[in-house]
Amino acid sequence: MAIFSLWVINKAGGLVYQRNFADGLAQLTSNEYLVLAGTLHGIHAITSRLSPTGSSSGAQVIEGESFKMTILLTATGTKFVLLTSLAEATADLVLQRVYEAYADAVMKNPFHTPEMPVRSEGFDTRITSLIGTGQP
Amino acid sequence: MATTSKQYKAIGEDLWKSRTDKINSELFSLTYGALVVQLIQDYEDYAEVNKQLEKMGYNIGTRLIEDFLARSPLGRCSDFREVGEVAAKVGFKSFLNITPTVTHSGAPPPSTRPTSTVQQQSGVPGSSFILTLDENPLAEFVELPDEALEGGLWFSNVLCGVLRGALEMVQMQVQVEFLSDVLRGDESTEIRVTLLKYLEEEVPVGDD
Repeated sequence: MAIFSLWVINKAGGLVYQRNFADGLAQLTSNEYLVLAGTLHGIHAITSRLSPTGSSSGAQVIEGESFKMTILLTATGTKFVLLTSLAEATADLVLQRVYEAYADAVMKNPFHTPEMPVRSEGFDTRITSLIGTGQP
Repeated sequence: MATTSKQYKAIGEDLWKSRTDKINSELFSLTYGALVVQLIQDYEDYAEVNKQLEKMGYNIGTRLIEDFLARSPLGRCSDFREVGEVAAKVGFKSFLNITPTVTHSGAPPPSTRPTSTVQQQSGVPGSSFILTLDENPLAEFVELPDEALEGGLWFSNVLCGVLRGALEMVQMQVQVEFLSDVLRGDESTEIRVTLLKYLEEEVPVGDD
């Protein structure tokens, strides 16, 4: 039961925020995170076309053997991705809270340029109080 | 799942109540008034002031939409009519505690068209709605001087920008303009929002 990492991807596919919490995932260079985020963005776009039942908003959960990835796609095109252990049940709720924190600390800061990397202490603090160390 | 007008009003009311930080409305009106007056002094051209107010509103709108979406339980609107309903009953209510009335109108009919098929579109470009504000917290106690009336100032033009910015972030390009304003001596304050087109999502090209 752990939260490993949080990514925020803008509507063009660029990684604007990345942070690790509990251990359990390999540590990558920032460039590798950028590439992964872009790849995920592309895959997510493809999954939205693959739905057999008509229109779809794309993949929401991707599960592996040792982790799962939950994706919240907002109506504005921003993706919030939470990487957690398989047992973690609160991923959707955490992502919703992260979205609220983003709408407050990031978007309401007039000096923050939308779609650019997030460099906000306020957002960091909110995320820390929300997720902490990632372990319950 | 059609959400009724009453449900939208209830959602708007809930959102307004759940926001714990509220400021004194007169402070808000004073701040906005000071801003407009300063812009008039700086630019000395009412058309330019209108444009600047709209630009500021655009900036606000692009950010405000995230807050709105993060906090409201509503998903995407299915058609442009619903956009009007949600904007008036939930949007305006949750931020300004006012509920403008909405008047919809579909697209003007094209000149020549076979009448056979009815196209199912989520909103034909050209359709519009008009928001009629019976109260305007931005303009409490404001009386426009004659030069402002002659110069064509739309005092609350920031609202047009907010609507344009917010809707652009959810892939709708709209034109928003004031039709009338009680500050100008008209009967009512009306804002018309016209759908120009839906924006296609940006697809990343090549390796960036």
